[in-house]
Amino acid sequence: MYLIRRAWANVKNEILVLPSRTLVAVWVLGLALLPLAWPDPYILRIVTMTCLFAIFAASWDLLAGFAGQVSFGHALNFGTGAYASALLATHLGLSPWITVWVGAFVAMLIGAATGWLCLRLRGSYLSLATLALPIILIGILFAFPKFSGGELGISGLRRLATSPEGNYAIAAISMLVSVFAMWLIADSKFGLVLHAIRDDEVAVRASGINTTRYKLAVFALSALFAGVSGALYSHFLRVAGPSTLEVALSFQVVIWGIFGGAATIYGPVAAVFLLYPFTEWLGNFERLSELRLLIFSVTVLVILLFMPRGMVPWVRDKIETACPRCKARNGAWRGECRLCGAGLRGVLGVAGRTP
Amino acid sequence: MLQDILITGLINGGVYALLAIGFSLIFGVARIVNIAHTAFYMLAAYCFYTLLVVAKLDVIVSGIVAIVAVTALSVLCYKFIIEPVREHQAAVLIATIALATIFQELMQVSFGGNYLGIPSTIAGMFSIGGMSIPWQRVLIVVVAAVMLAITWAILYRTRLGLAIRATANDREVATLMGMNADRVAMASVAISVALAAVAGVVVAPVFVVDPRMWLAPLVTMLAIVVLGGLGSLKGSLIGALIIGYVEAITVFAVPAGAYLKGAIALSIMIVVLLVRPEGLFGVAFEEER
Repeated sequence: MYLIRRAWANVKNEILVLPSRTLVAVWVLGLALLPLAWPDPYILRIVTMTCLFAIFAASWDLLAGFAGQVSFGHALNFGTGAYASALLATHLGLSPWITVWVGAFVAMLIGAATGWLCLRLRGSYLSLATLALPIILIGILFAFPKFSGGELGISGLRRLATSPEGNYAIAAISMLVSVFAMWLIADSKFGLVLHAIRDDEVAVRASGINTTRYKLAVFALSALFAGVSGALYSHFLRVAGPSTLEVALSFQVVIWGIFGGAATIYGPVAAVFLLYPFTEWLGNFERLSELRLLIFSVTVLVILLFMPRGMVPWVRDKIETACPRCKARNGAWRGECRLCGAGLRGVLGVAGRTP
Repeated sequence: MLQDILITGLINGGVYALLAIGFSLIFGVARIVNIAHTAFYMLAAYCFYTLLVVAKLDVIVSGIVAIVAVTALSVLCYKFIIEPVREHQAAVLIATIALATIFQELMQVSFGGNYLGIPSTIAGMFSIGGMSIPWQRVLIVVVAAVMLAITWAILYRTRLGLAIRATANDREVATLMGMNADRVAMASVAISVALAAVAGVVVAPVFVVDPRMWLAPLVTMLAIVVLGGLGSLKGSLIGALIIGYVEAITVFAVPAGAYLKGAIALSIMIVVLLVRPEGLFGVAFEEER
């Protein structure tokens, strides 16, 4: 009884006190309960894909949002994971449980190599140069159609689990683990250095930090997570094709990342969870299925005109305020800060000084 | 084969130069990475198709109307979509991506996804040194050269050009000297999209027109711009010729070259960047904080 009361107190004081934390808790619970509450294979399939793309979008955010290395070729890592895993599974006949890890590892190596290539580039040069990398890989794959399956890709892969629920569980658990891992990384001292590199690399170097090492590490880490999502994706769809390397996918992840709010990790995840099912849902209507990409782009454009910093930061500012004195976050309904008691109403800055 | 390489390289290079110089101009003046740039090129090709084949207008009239219409559309897009989010670079970026997708889907819905052909606007062959080239292809090179000369004249011989170059060089000082930076940005958007539209109109009879025709030139154009140095017009021109010839050589001289042409062109860009991170003629932009 004591334990239950203590757990409830923890939940009440740590999670329910902030609307954003409540939302995250509701989201995790919803993911866990979905197969029980709504075991429709079609829904499960969409949510599985959403989970995989959420890992991908979050990994882009780790690289582009936090470290400021805005990559336009993030599909390279996704495709490398997918192709490496698929090639190992078909040519060597390994179990998908092994090839997914190897695929992610190969993606990490390629990601580190990309990072090495891009060390000297910055800003728009980096974005535009990375855009080229997945296209070079497509060209190489197409030049050896016997080995890579050419334009059709490699099909007939084995799934990780046979039932839709099993696949959903694998995707959802990998997504939760990866996203929380990335969030922890971004929140750690490592993430702080990345943030600083984005804002002013020269100053970081002047403080005695080896920025090269940090940049290589973030390229490799981000590629690792993107590779995991790519490998899981290929085994879920049972095919690894050139669509995993397309420019469209690279742009898609940029849209998710910026639409959700860069440098937050949870922003891109939220964007994927809203936009991907939305486009799939549009596909259900016979008239709209042709127009769905159009509707998607117009939605993104219109929302962006109102929330140029991204959707999640905008929503967060509406439901929470930061205490002007201690910077702790509070629910928007509170009159005074929950930690230091400073007033939150009135003109910003003036309110902070009243006891 | 040698003459094939020479001619194809020159034609590719001319088209790429029109696209890359426009892109470079917008980037230099307004710091906008305009992903929708080649989408305007596609729009111009479709507009030309509609006027020429569907509405059966005169070739020159339809060409000019297409170019003017697309340029006007680009100015409207800049005014109502890009300018409100100008301060947020990331938002500008995905706004241009979204615009390009919107154009692609609009064309897909209204014309369908099939390839559309436009009949040659000029018939006949031009023969030089024992080989004959269709006049249509000669036209591309001539138009590209004329447009580049006009752009050069605007940039280096008019007051507007002076303002554009000054803003590209230092936006704040240009503003202090009484130049309206927003209007200069709009003028350079118009010039740059006009160049893309001209390219779209002249290549439409040679290439096929389809809603995804903007993606391949987009990637090549970005490679050229990075190769030549962002914001450098001379670099874009030379980069366009280099990539145009590299593609032609790969297609004609390397087995499985049609698949590899993009890969080889892009690898050259990456090699150049490794040696010179700011591109061949890159203006080293001061650190923008």
